[in-house]
Amino acid sequence: MSIPGWLDDFLWTYQNLIHGLGINGLLALSMYVVLAVGQLSLGQAAFMGLGAYSGALMTMKLHWPFALVLPASCVVPVAFALAIGVPTLRLSGVYLAIATIGLGEVLRAVYLNVDLFGGALGLNGIPERTETWMIYALLALALAGFWLVGRSRIGRAMEAMREDATAAAVMGVNVARYQLAALVCSAVLAGLAGALSAHASSFIGPNEYGFEPAVTILSYALLGGIGTPLAPVVGAWFLTVLPELLRGLPEIRLAFNGVIIVLAVLFLPRGLLGWRMRRRAA
Amino acid sequence: MLAQQLVNGVLLGATYSLFALGFTLMFGVLRVINLTYGFYFSAGAFVALWLTKQMGLGIWLALPLGAVAAGVVAVAIDWLLLTRLRWRPTAELDSLMVTLGGVLALYSVMTAWLGPDIRRLPPGLISADALVWGGLRVTMAQLLILGATIVLVSALLALMRFTRLGLAIRAMAEKPDAAGLMGINTARTSALVSFLSGCLAGAGGVLIGLNFNAIQPYMGESMMLRGFVVIIVGGLGDIRGALIAGLALGVIEVLTAGYVASGLKEAVSFAILVAVLWTRPQGLFGRAVVRRA
Repeated sequence: MSIPGWLDDFLWTYQNLIHGLGINGLLALSMYVVLAVGQLSLGQAAFMGLGAYSGALMTMKLHWPFALVLPASCVVPVAFALAIGVPTLRLSGVYLAIATIGLGEVLRAVYLNVDLFGGALGLNGIPERTETWMIYALLALALAGFWLVGRSRIGRAMEAMREDATAAAVMGVNVARYQLAALVCSAVLAGLAGALSAHASSFIGPNEYGFEPAVTILSYALLGGIGTPLAPVVGAWFLTVLPELLRGLPEIRLAFNGVIIVLAVLFLPRGLLGWRMRRRAA
Repeated sequence: MLAQQLVNGVLLGATYSLFALGFTLMFGVLRVINLTYGFYFSAGAFVALWLTKQMGLGIWLALPLGAVAAGVVAVAIDWLLLTRLRWRPTAELDSLMVTLGGVLALYSVMTAWLGPDIRRLPPGLISADALVWGGLRVTMAQLLILGATIVLVSALLALMRFTRLGLAIRAMAEKPDAAGLMGINTARTSALVSFLSGCLAGAGGVLIGLNFNAIQPYMGESMMLRGFVVIIVGGLGDIRGALIAGLALGVIEVLTAGYVASGLKEAVSFAILVAVLWTRPQGLFGRAVVRRA
């Protein structure tokens, strides 16, 4: 028995919150990577839902081990990201945004109406396979990965195309390829977050991955800003802890997230943590 | 049976056309995708509900007043959220994000205020009679939808074609800077376009509320999915494309619900959206100009 009793109690009481902080941090990164290449995808919640449903079904119907389920739960979100990303990323940014919002709405209707997904009741009794360390290990890995990439040549290309895609393309950056890669990364992270959260809470339902969570994930990234990968994660933590402290009405919490987006876009385009990555001069 | 399905589909599609028309007009002239657009739909329906239930007005007054109220809401929101973004270099994504945040705040406040329950219009608002011709049945509500859509669409097309305002709007859609240099008051024209789009969305909300007799804050959000499909299939900013695609979508939804499964009608329309993006991103009718990166 290495964990002291009081710490054990604390972890047990706040387990949901601790899981939520890690999962929402992953979702914030999944939004960050797309915004970092100057695109807007609102499919994060939808990708998360695809990962959650496909992962839960692999565990419950196919009885696969979790070590196989977790990586496999990225497959479906990535397939959807490619189906939507390949045609839209050739076009202007509004097409990706529109198609990904649409995806969320459609999947909700499909989960509700197809028996395999449990309809309005969702899927119950998913075995609890997620350990807290898995969530945080993945979060740390993703953060470190984005930090290293951000400091490299690729990071500079990403920042260039975010500021001016045409100029970046003229300088020899393959904009479409970077953008598609970013969307695939985003789908992988959101899919993993979905599978982890499904196997942490034992229940998933169709309304957890709709319009409101999609916008909430955007508010994480916009509150923190996207100057560094850490900033959106801090934004997510702040917006996850805040309602726990306030214990307010859920509807007002959503309105608050919406207002944060409005204020951040209008008055704080770099977010609250607006520092940028340091790089050596080229 | 098939003929009845087709009639229902066309009538449903007429409201989709009406709704998407304002959405595509807004994009064509103001060059932004305004995601608060679905909220004007809900706002129009709720104003009409209040007017008929509390004030005892008939549908003939509630429909235009609901539409005008939604138009006023549209102008106010556009002014609050979008005017200061219009000249930013990243206006396209910024306006998407700001309207997304705005619409979540608006829906949540509306839900907190009015409750999430489905509300019904007062009974007897419109006669429950139906025209029966051969085996076909068309209810009075459906006739009203058809009539109102025809009137509104022809008024809009005439406005665009024959008036100075219409000329100014078309000039702005073509090239906003040049339109400003030619003496067009672009700020006022933008506000008028917002108002017109809001009116179309509001009228759509009243008519859909009447057709299904169910009014609820988030009704505009599920309508937005139809709006997206129609404006992309018809071509962004293409008015004629939106009209045709709206009617087609209504028919496809009704046929899917009737012959495949009603739970899959959204999935089918989304599959059409993705197929069009892969094959003809400029829209099926190929008139809208797509800016390629």
